[in-house]
Amino acid sequence: MSLDMYAEEILDHYRNPKNFGKLDKPDVKVRELNPLCGDQYEFQVKVSDGKITDVKFNGDGCAISTASASILSEFIKGKKISELKKMEQKDLLNLLGIEVSPARIKCAMLAFNIVKKVVEESGKKK
Amino acid sequence: MNAEKIRRDFPIFKRRINGRPLVFLDSASTSQKPVQVLDAMEDFYRNSNSNVHRPVYKISEEATEMYESAREKVARFVGARDHHVIFTNNCTEAINLVARGWAQRNVKRGESIVSSVMEHHSNIVPWQSLKGATLRFADVGDSGLLGDLPMDKKTRLVSLTHVSNVLGTVNDVKKIAKEAHENGALFMMDGAQSVPHMKVDVGKIGCDFLAFSGHKMLGPTGIGALVVRKDVADDMDPLLFGSGMIREVTLKGTTFADAPMKFETGTPNISGAVGLSAAIDYLEKVGMRNIERHGRSLTEIAMRSLGGMDKMKIYGPRKNRSDVLSFSLGDAHSHDVATILDDRGIAVRSGHHCAQPLMRRFGVGSMTRASFYLYNTVDEVRQLAEGLGESARVLKV
Ligand SMILES: Cc1ncc(COP(=O)(O)O)c(C=O)c1O
Repeated sequence: MSLDMYAEEILDHYRNPKNFGKLDKPDVKVRELNPLCGDQYEFQVKVSDGKITDVKFNGDGCAISTASASILSEFIKGKKISELKKMEQKDLLNLLGIEVSPARIKCAMLAFNIVKKVVEESGKKK
Repeated sequence: MNAEKIRRDFPIFKRRINGRPLVFLDSASTSQKPVQVLDAMEDFYRNSNSNVHRPVYKISEEATEMYESAREKVARFVGARDHHVIFTNNCTEAINLVARGWAQRNVKRGESIVSSVMEHHSNIVPWQSLKGATLRFADVGDSGLLGDLPMDKKTRLVSLTHVSNVLGTVNDVKKIAKEAHENGALFMMDGAQSVPHMKVDVGKIGCDFLAFSGHKMLGPTGIGALVVRKDVADDMDPLLFGSGMIREVTLKGTTFADAPMKFETGTPNISGAVGLSAAIDYLEKVGMRNIERHGRSLTEIAMRSLGGMDKMKIYGPRKNRSDVLSFSLGDAHSHDVATILDDRGIAVRSGHHCAQPLMRRFGVGSMTRASFYLYNTVDEVRQLAEGLGESARVLKV
């Protein structure tokens, strides 16, 4: 049932997203839009020693896309870029801990696609 | 008019979603199809399938007759006497035919086309794709009514929707057509949301062009029409070139057929036209006035019952509106609201409704929209209200 997507933890991230906002002088920033619904986020990170040392995101979207962005922001903070390069879609779905209905997969994947680009760009920095 | 009885003609209403009956409140996007339309199309394929206009044998004669009588039916349905009916894929293609075929040739650099902020992307992007023409957009007031048209003597075309697919606003198109003509401009009307829901008469309104889609009016996808004044059609280029639209082809060059054939290139959507024709029969049997009244009455009931909900914002005019109802439930995202409604088998539209400039105008990224048609019932409106109550609880708005 699609209602199960709105688990307590998802709604917490939606109502109080982690790492929400902007960074002072980010090393990398990536903005993406879901053209189907207009939802969009920007991720900003600081990179040092091959690690994501800080992250903030901002933008606007539904509960699923916001929760996914919030959870991913927590996940990547402090992680090695080499490690994050191995991240796959199913890892995000595990982190979300809910069954995302096919109609809403795109919502969950918006932040994932941004983070993939962030990781790639970050890899090019020192 | 008896919606319960009408529903029995629509096989899809036998579907159950999560164990509940389908409550389909997205007809503004595409309507459901009655068995009469499905049967007519199947009958064509089973008994008369062949190409039109070319072969001389019996079944092709039948196919040609079915296709051309569909054209006549559409013409009658929209009051086209001094107009041609050109079959297209959909409303969007019809508008593109006006843009590429007429405006590209007739709107010079420095001249303008007037549209509005309440338009569907399909009545904005084709004009943006033109070279030379200046685009001007009428604004929309907070109450959802169309503002003044930025028109002057250099305006060559006014292209506006009859009914907003988001706000339900019914524009005073007769007045707009008159104003356009007084300024020496033509009037193109996007009838995607009006032709299925009310009696539209291009002669009485004064449309030079009318575009609409069959799939929003009980017909199949892949068939729509551009209705164009005959003398205006003489001044239009086709969108596509090839067979079907020619008079004579030599290796040096080609002369074209007369309208409407000139604008229908290649084998047309014959079964689509047959389906559209059956759809018009169905609509006329129920009666366009009844359909309009039924839709408006459901909308009023919905406005009253949703309007009483906490943190509910309804967009569009309070009065004289068509049967689409867009709203925001607190700060909840429309996708989340729609997902929770879907859990109960209720289908509503979420997102930007192909009207991003209008979303921006109202300062939102998206809205939730319920839209009603002849097969919807008061009980379904009640279920919508209940489902929205649950959405508010689940999403903690
Ligand atoms: C007002 C309006 N214009 C144009 C269209 C485009 O119709 P189609 O997608 O069938 O071409 C729509 C469809 O939603 C509409 O509501």
